[in-house]
Amino acid sequence: MTNIQYLAPTTLDEAVSLYAAAAGSARILAGGTDLLVQLRSGMINPGIIIDIKKIKELNSIEQKADGSFVVGASVSGTQLAKHSSFGKTWPGVLEALNLIGSTQVQGRASLGGNLCNGSPAGDSIPALIAAEATVNIQGPNGSRQLAVKDVLSGPGSTNLSQDEIAVNFIFPTRQLGSGDAYLRMIPRTEMDIAVVGCGVNLTLENNICTSATVGLGAVAPVVLEVEAAAEALVGNKIEEETLERAAEACRAVCNPIDDKRGTIAYRTKVAGVLMKRAATIASQRAEGA
Amino acid sequence: MAKMHVSTTINGEPEEFLCEPNETMLDVLRDRLNLTGSKEGCGSGDCGACSIMLNDTLVCSCLMLGAEAEGAEIKTIEGMADGLSLHPLQQKFLESAALQCGICTPGMLVAAKALLDENPDPTETEVRFWLAGNLCRCTGYDKIVRAVLDTAEEIRGKA
Amino acid sequence: MNKNKWIGERTIRPDGADKVTGRASFAADTTMPGMIWGSVLRSPHPHASIVNIDITKAASLPGVKAIVTAKDIVDFPFDTPAPLGIQDMRWMTRNVMAREKALFHGHPVAAVAATSEEIAAEACKLIEVNYEVLPWVIELEEAIKPNAPILHNILEFDGKPSNIAGTLEHKKGDIELGFQEADTIIERSFTTRPVHQGYIEPHACLVSVTADGKATIWSSSQGQFMVRAMTSMLTGIPQSDIRAIPAEIGGGFGGKTIIYLEPIATVLAQKSGHPVKMVMSREDVMRATGPTSGSMSKVKIGAKKDGTIVSVQGTFYLQAGCLPGSPIRGAAGCAFAPYDIPNVHSLGYDVVSNRSKVAAYRAPGAPIGAFAVESVLDEIAEEIGMDPLALRLKNAAREGTKAAHGPVYPRMGYAETLEAAIEHPHNKVALGNLQGRGVASGFWFNAGGESSAQVNVTEDGNVVVTTGHPDVGGSRASIANITAELLGIDYQRVSVLIGDTATIGYSNLTGGSRVLFASGMAVTDSTEKVIKSLRERAAIIWDIDPDAVTWEEGEARPAGANAGMFEPLSLEDIADRATETGGPIGAGAQLNTAGAEGGFATHICDVEVDIELGIVRILRYTSFQDVGRAVHPSYVEGQMQGGVAQGIGWALNEEYIYNKDGIVDNPGFLDYRMPVCSDLPMLDTVMIEIPNPKHPQGVRGVGEVPLVPPLAAIRNAIYNALGIRFYSLPMSPPVVLEALDISQAAE
Repeated sequence: MTNIQYLAPTTLDEAVSLYAAAAGSARILAGGTDLLVQLRSGMINPGIIIDIKKIKELNSIEQKADGSFVVGASVSGTQLAKHSSFGKTWPGVLEALNLIGSTQVQGRASLGGNLCNGSPAGDSIPALIAAEATVNIQGPNGSRQLAVKDVLSGPGSTNLSQDEIAVNFIFPTRQLGSGDAYLRMIPRTEMDIAVVGCGVNLTLENNICTSATVGLGAVAPVVLEVEAAAEALVGNKIEEETLERAAEACRAVCNPIDDKRGTIAYRTKVAGVLMKRAATIASQRAEGA
Repeated sequence: MAKMHVSTTINGEPEEFLCEPNETMLDVLRDRLNLTGSKEGCGSGDCGACSIMLNDTLVCSCLMLGAEAEGAEIKTIEGMADGLSLHPLQQKFLESAALQCGICTPGMLVAAKALLDENPDPTETEVRFWLAGNLCRCTGYDKIVRAVLDTAEEIRGKA
Repeated sequence: MNKNKWIGERTIRPDGADKVTGRASFAADTTMPGMIWGSVLRSPHPHASIVNIDITKAASLPGVKAIVTAKDIVDFPFDTPAPLGIQDMRWMTRNVMAREKALFHGHPVAAVAATSEEIAAEACKLIEVNYEVLPWVIELEEAIKPNAPILHNILEFDGKPSNIAGTLEHKKGDIELGFQEADTIIERSFTTRPVHQGYIEPHACLVSVTADGKATIWSSSQGQFMVRAMTSMLTGIPQSDIRAIPAEIGGGFGGKTIIYLEPIATVLAQKSGHPVKMVMSREDVMRATGPTSGSMSKVKIGAKKDGTIVSVQGTFYLQAGCLPGSPIRGAAGCAFAPYDIPNVHSLGYDVVSNRSKVAAYRAPGAPIGAFAVESVLDEIAEEIGMDPLALRLKNAAREGTKAAHGPVYPRMGYAETLEAAIEHPHNKVALGNLQGRGVASGFWFNAGGESSAQVNVTEDGNVVVTTGHPDVGGSRASIANITAELLGIDYQRVSVLIGDTATIGYSNLTGGSRVLFASGMAVTDSTEKVIKSLRERAAIIWDIDPDAVTWEEGEARPAGANAGMFEPLSLEDIADRATETGGPIGAGAQLNTAGAEGGFATHICDVEVDIELGIVRILRYTSFQDVGRAVHPSYVEGQMQGGVAQGIGWALNEEYIYNKDGIVDNPGFLDYRMPVCSDLPMLDTVMIEIPNPKHPQGVRGVGEVPLVPPLAAIRNAIYNALGIRFYSLPMSPPVVLEALDISQAAE
């Protein structure tokens, strides 16, 4: 009755050629937690649904000898939480992924889906940006890598071309004394879309911050990397004065909208608060690392 | 397009069905397999009334395609009791009045069982956050949380 | 009679096993052979004249079996009132299907039945409606302005067409003289937003109409007889030809005391010749059903230095949605009802605007009135330096108090709820930084009215009870407790069923906190008749006078001069010999009950505020309520806890958000933020049992008053934490943070 096709390729090559051949009429199904809602509401009407969960590269977690991680784009939050070491190394990223929706949604939602959905409020994205994660992308003409911070191009859109598939995420080797954290503001304790989300990743040496990266979500058309906030942290102790300067940097880059989830004034103010709180948690983790 | 043929396992029994490629697992369960214990409260993954187990992971069946069930193991509320012998959670929900209207109850029980299978000794906070995706408008959750904690204690006592 | 062997017991509910195994059949779970699906076309405009509807293209789509527009639904002309219960059929016919005009975005305009849901939805898109778009008005304060777009020219106020559809006034004493006696007068204005009942089960029905014109309706409602009556009036089918079968209901809270789909599905079934199933989506529910009113109110309270309240005035404007009928009676009537006040003036205005028509929601209107009154009382208490519970206790209505809305109270326990709250450990425990405690009280009328019951003894000596009220919260368990108690038999020997309109006598809605009060009376009456019959049967067997037989502990015993002369006869013994003693044993009752008497509650709430994010968390909550007699304590507690949770949602996060086009922008559970499990603490309850003197078991309605105090209790607690008074709901994080900013700037 419906002119729609469901396909579940088992190899990446097969998926890429199906996706390319569909010339924009196909949608990728990872966890489906956004896709099925969009299908039901009539927001999208694809000709082909390509389920990528049967492809090994997209569905596995690997820790390399150098300590770096490669996480498949369709790995669910529940799967990632069960991995023996990922959560110890990147607690902020794991928290961010598992703040998406309920326990039920965590059983399906993935880093790849959250990123490629393109929402500026996607919870995992600020944490991925803070982690300086990159994403491997496969198209019919080969593969390329993009830093996560360069993936989003606007609300609901990405810099992937219509024949490219996100395959996996690479998390760099962790330096000693590093920690990350992600916090978001929602009105309830669970089940809401982030009004503001902030990811902070930093490294401490003798209590001085030697490097930092900050991702800030839901305050602009795309998730932002806030370099000025990171600069405010680097070279300093993580203390109130430092944090306030970083918070000010976060507030300064905010360009949010007034909508049903929050006002411009509220989002801007909260961005600073979350920056301070996330940096404090990240530094505590760095001290313990 | 033609309907898809799907072979799967539901509550331990092999099952085959035909479904549209874009049909949700919830619609398959309810409209094709007459397993109406899973409920639709929202169709968007926000209420948890359609909770099922997919390969031992708790998911919303409204956010899953029927086609994805191919080769999978599905468990629904209909498979929770052993014949007429209720699961301890089901029994405790009855004894504790942990349901009023009962529409959220199947999803709540499936989710609570998934929690206790994974964590036999949860704190109240853990129960509350685990069940945050299961909306109940009748009870204020009080008796539900108590029933889950009491069942966990009972199961631990027997183990 | 033995002393309460079953009343007060936490027995297992008769419908429980089906509900924990997924077997219970809710409305959307029912199917029939040959069944097809109905879908509704809804207005894309908040206000528009319907010039023409062309169904030609839709009708020619393969699979389409029938199409319905307002022409197919019975009209009730605007100028002739047609009351039915708390509704008026003039409004119901226009709510079920837009007639002259579409009155809100989402208003049904036509409906299609087709062989699949997808085809029905596709066909709806092919229906061509020629609208003449009209200016619209959403917000209450806009709707009452002189130049506002008028929804219904027939409605007049002050001699002019108006969106004010009606008023309701209560007066007692002379408020102006009263205020002259006051040492302190505080007057404040408040607003609340519309909130939805939030039942998890969307509306659904299945309707079959046979060739001889008889209709069977399976649907989820708070009253199968309401479904039958309204469907009959809107379709013209006589009530005797409609059988309304109550499916299990997945929550109602008042929102299922009216119908949306049943008459449409009935006409679709008539036209198509197929059974028709209709199920709303969550979005349909949020756009086009319920909610309860938003409001604007002003309350003025005058008190003496010693705390005596001498005069009060309240004005309450309530949103009705697009058709008249907001709960101004609950707002204006309940607001001051907990207090013994000599001078009262309370006035309610019913205001229409281009939103979905409101439906009842748990103590309809009362939370709105109490939010204003209980907030001002908190300010009075502070101003005169009195504990807020002590202030309430000093002014508490008691037995003999004449309320402004009419009645003189019999023995009831409002003061006891306050005394219990004052003495409770919760009221004494110290609070930390940025934590606060608030209190508030509330009243709800409760209700009696029509209920029927049938109690039959089975041939093997067990009992089947049938009543006529959908069970939303465990009422079957309470009915079983009462029956077992009266008969002196084990609870497990009593089965309780909900009859359909063909198998039990007329019973009014499950609503108004009336079910256990009224059906408890009908069941008591029926059971007492059965006991009388059992005594008569024993008398026949023993060949003695029936007056010489008593019924005790589940058996007939010879009494008086015959005491000890015969072995007692059990229910089984008598049932076994029923044929020879006169035939089947059973009795029914059809009552119009009176004496429901009001419900009173006092709540204590502790909050903690994150002052950087504006988030308010509930730390601890205790409700104290005069519950009359807790026939099944667990389900009484459940009502108290459920009401509190809804109140917390209303106070903190729930609201309808409209966009600039007059369209609801948050029509789902993602952004209509009802409390989730992790938002709440345990909700403590203290049941105070002051039996209702007008009920055989002392039952007092318990379901609704729990939603009355929370709004003010939480608001007062936030003041205690922050020193900031809020006058509008919800007190959501952006609102709280903005208030904190303003207060900091002022310092």
